[in-house]
Amino acid sequence: MKLITHNMLTSKCLKGVLTGYPLAINATDVKVNEVDFNPDFIARIIPKLDWEVLWRAADSLGHSEGLPQVVESNYEANQEFLKTAHKVLLEVEVEEGYLTCPESGRQFPITKGIPNMLLTEAEVQ
Amino acid sequence: MSAVIKLKTLEGHLGTLSGFSEPKLQLEQYETPAHIAAVALYTIQTQFGALENKLVLDAGCGTGMLSLGASLLGAGTVVALDIDELALEVLQENLEDTGVTNIDAVQCDFLSSNICRWNNYFDTVLMNPPFGTKNNAGIDMKFLKIGLDLTSDSVYSLHKSSTRSHIQKKIKEWGVKGSVIAELRYNLPATYKFHRQQTRDIDVDLWRINHPSIE
Repeated sequence: MKLITHNMLTSKCLKGVLTGYPLAINATDVKVNEVDFNPDFIARIIPKLDWEVLWRAADSLGHSEGLPQVVESNYEANQEFLKTAHKVLLEVEVEEGYLTCPESGRQFPITKGIPNMLLTEAEVQ
Repeated sequence: MSAVIKLKTLEGHLGTLSGFSEPKLQLEQYETPAHIAAVALYTIQTQFGALENKLVLDAGCGTGMLSLGASLLGAGTVVALDIDELALEVLQENLEDTGVTNIDAVQCDFLSSNICRWNNYFDTVLMNPPFGTKNNAGIDMKFLKIGLDLTSDSVYSLHKSSTRSHIQKKIKEWGVKGSVIAELRYNLPATYKFHRQQTRDIDVDLWRINHPSIE
């Protein structure tokens, strides 16, 4: 699971859960896989993100180095910033671990890089 | 609009991917043939520029034919969703074999999981939804509706041509726009036991369905 995916993932489908966001990450295996750097794409994605959630997720995985806590203005032109954001969003991957719903405490396992968000019928809203 | 690779090259790459090891009838797991996927994706890129540098969602990705094709056509990132663990395992193998690293998979039930924090998050949503011919009539329309909620622009989706007027009716009902951007022929191999013939041809439409504000 990449952090770009984590940034949009919720458990709000759980019965009784309102936002289910952000999901806490517990990782036992984190990898960094190289992905082609596409500055235009990264610059376009930044306004869509919840930056604070991204920063905290990166920090919890030990990958917040060089990542500003707040996005500065003119970030589109800052190659160094875009590269750091690229690495955190696309290259850092949680291979094994689990996600936890902030409201219900329900855990979602991450196995071989894939979070399992499947619910039982009784858990669905 | 241009594409970063040629149609023939794209089809060649997609033709090497692994398919379902044990297709499940209840999930209507038919592979999207490489030729159909290549022509559909090439059309989506060259006519609408909707893949290169885009954030793409592949809903019901199966073994990843559309995800990988989108990535080969220059997508920024593809998020690939499927309910079936075995299909996602094959997808992971396909990613390893092709060396593609900008696809991220999540196992979930697209129809009930509501897993995305925000509506309209994705630039482009791709799907080859279950046709809904067995015990789940209307499932393709449910896929479409949820896909529309998740895109800021368009859903590109494959549907049997015989459902064209029904889809037109639905589009009107939902207050969105849509048109068939390619007509394709799907050569379904006899995947399941109840198929008497070796193969049968099905006419398929590639739809582009979009919010009214999008041209």
